[in-house]
Amino acid sequence: MRRWLAAVSITMASVLGLAACGGGGGGQTAQAPAASGDGKQQVEVFSWWTGPGEADGLQAMRKIFEDQNPNYTFFDAAVAGGSGDKAKALLQSKLQANTPPDTFQGHAGAELQGYIKAGHLEDLTPLYDELKLKDVFPAQLVEQISVDGKIYSVPVNIHRSNVLWFNPSVLKEAGVAGAPKTIEEFLAALEKVKATGKIPLSIGSEWTVTHLLESVLLGTLGADAYNALFKPGADWNGPQVTTALQNFAKIMEYAGDPQDDWQPAAKQVADGQAAFTIMGDWAYGYFHNPPEGGLGKTSKTDFDWAPSPGTEGTYLWLSDSFTLPKGARNRDGAMAWLKVAAGKEGQDAFNPKKGSIPARKDADQSLYTDYLADALKDWSSDKLAGSIQHGVAVNQPWLAAINEAVGLYLGSKDVKALQQGLADAATANAQ
Amino acid sequence: MRRARTWLPGLLLVAPSIVLIGVFVYGMLGWNFRVAMTDQHDAVSEGKFVGLQNFVDIWGQPRWHLSVNHAIVFTIVFVLGALLLGWLLAFLMEKGIRGEGTFRAIYLFPMAISFVATGIVWRWLMNSGTQERAVGLNRLFDWIGLPQWQWFRDPDWGMAAMALPAIWQMSGYVMALFLAGFRGVPEELREAARVDGCTEWGVYRHVVLPLLRPVTLSALIILGHISLKVFDLIVAVSGKQIITDVPAVFMWVAVFDSNDPAKGATIASYIVLSVAIFVIPYLIWSVRKERRS
Repeated sequence: MRRWLAAVSITMASVLGLAACGGGGGGQTAQAPAASGDGKQQVEVFSWWTGPGEADGLQAMRKIFEDQNPNYTFFDAAVAGGSGDKAKALLQSKLQANTPPDTFQGHAGAELQGYIKAGHLEDLTPLYDELKLKDVFPAQLVEQISVDGKIYSVPVNIHRSNVLWFNPSVLKEAGVAGAPKTIEEFLAALEKVKATGKIPLSIGSEWTVTHLLESVLLGTLGADAYNALFKPGADWNGPQVTTALQNFAKIMEYAGDPQDDWQPAAKQVADGQAAFTIMGDWAYGYFHNPPEGGLGKTSKTDFDWAPSPGTEGTYLWLSDSFTLPKGARNRDGAMAWLKVAAGKEGQDAFNPKKGSIPARKDADQSLYTDYLADALKDWSSDKLAGSIQHGVAVNQPWLAAINEAVGLYLGSKDVKALQQGLADAATANAQ
Repeated sequence: MRRARTWLPGLLLVAPSIVLIGVFVYGMLGWNFRVAMTDQHDAVSEGKFVGLQNFVDIWGQPRWHLSVNHAIVFTIVFVLGALLLGWLLAFLMEKGIRGEGTFRAIYLFPMAISFVATGIVWRWLMNSGTQERAVGLNRLFDWIGLPQWQWFRDPDWGMAAMALPAIWQMSGYVMALFLAGFRGVPEELREAARVDGCTEWGVYRHVVLPLLRPVTLSALIILGHISLKVFDLIVAVSGKQIITDVPAVFMWVAVFDSNDPAKGATIASYIVLSVAIFVIPYLIWSVRKERRS
């Protein structure tokens, strides 16, 4: 009898324990916003801004948010990793588990399509109407981020992908007169640098190579042919793309040992170990910001920039934006954050630190000096092309397929297979 | 009723774990195989049954071949490396050196570290910079005049380099297994061999080693299944770059980046099957052995 009792009671205890676990897990979605000790409500902001420069910008925007909203505290749910590849994987599982952050960062454009199709995002058109955002953002930007007339994200900034960063003294030493304007000039300059024993072109992990590829594609094809690649029925097998990929292959022959991420690659240029790197203009903040968050270098002497070869007059753009996931625990708090992110004050605080320009047209121009003044000027006059690696032109599965083709290319050095891979990726994923 | 009284309490005791394992291990495995046999190639579609189509199609993808090759190279280098190094350490230790306890602890400590922490340290140690840009092991090699290497970025033998941190981490564990095995060999047997004129090497070759076979097999199974599903170490060292792609990383990319659940489930199924090749013969063997004794 005793044995019976013991067995039954242990079984019951386990079953109860299980039920408790289940209850805890299931109840989470319905939970009220987490309140901190002083009665403030948390707003969970999910981003991948942890690197030098970008984290400073987020802190500046956070300060404005907390000043304007004394009832809310900002909860920084940032996940490290350039281009957000690790953050996106975590976000995917959070969304599938129906426990979204209150608001998350996403690249404006095709990248959000997956979330929209899966019904994870709320339509933000009412917010645009309330704040009259359609008047302050460039019309082309609004058009690009609209899906069936609805807008699902608030762009905070505009970045440029096609920037060639270089070290002027390394160029001088190699006898290169100035920033190369065409791919041919670029190849000649790389050859000259190689002769001096320095790294001609520094690269980071594999995604930075895809980043390089988009600049070479744009530089070879020109803005119109480049943009046409992402329309349905585009010809990725054509001779123009072949030429572009051959250029890419030639340029890659001059690449140094891959670094862990884009920052160490940029640092090689800043330190005078390498001559060139092609990276988005977030590198400016990293080069320029004081040593706690950046390298504290002087622009034009320690580092300099130009549009990547062959892309002058085109702005290969991308934009970080914030969204409102369905089922956000603190929806009001998220809306308050989106208002700061869309506002002039928020954008003018964030962008100079991050090294980007505001998506708003009415930004305070005096805040944007040096590289950013150039960028503001070019943004208003250049043709626009959407970035591949940073989610404007292609959706996530398409990007994954492109990254796969580029990664395989790095092993095989087979240009033909690369083109086939890119063509297959386009057929499988073009909308 | 009387008979129920003998087995029912026992059954009740194990019932919760049977239910848990049934649902969360075998239920999920079954679900995974079900998804793998559908055409659910994006996050929202329903998915129709397509049989083994996905299992065949994946062999048409160059990346799959690459990641399988990587997994094979990694497994061979890791399993052999950890077995040999673990055996060697146990062999030296078995000679009864002074301070054995300290050495044993030192060799076992890496086991206490997660693969992620190991990976982050070794990412720096195995930095591919050479000459004046060398850090970590390359700097050391530069200093003592050994040739420098690309480590895990080497296009041909990168996965062999990737196995080094795993060997470092697991060889202490293998040592502990072998040491227990060595100690389990009765001293009388060795003495009998010596009396019969056997050399010291012969004692190991003909007496100790055959008796270590069960331990070696256990170590092989444990290392083999860790190796085939390796994920955390690779991601900590190089992220999801193709140059160090293995099936588990490919699976992650397929599910989270390509939003292709069916493909991810197919890869997961292959990983389970490959581990089963290791584990099932072992289970059969140990069940038979138990029956015999």
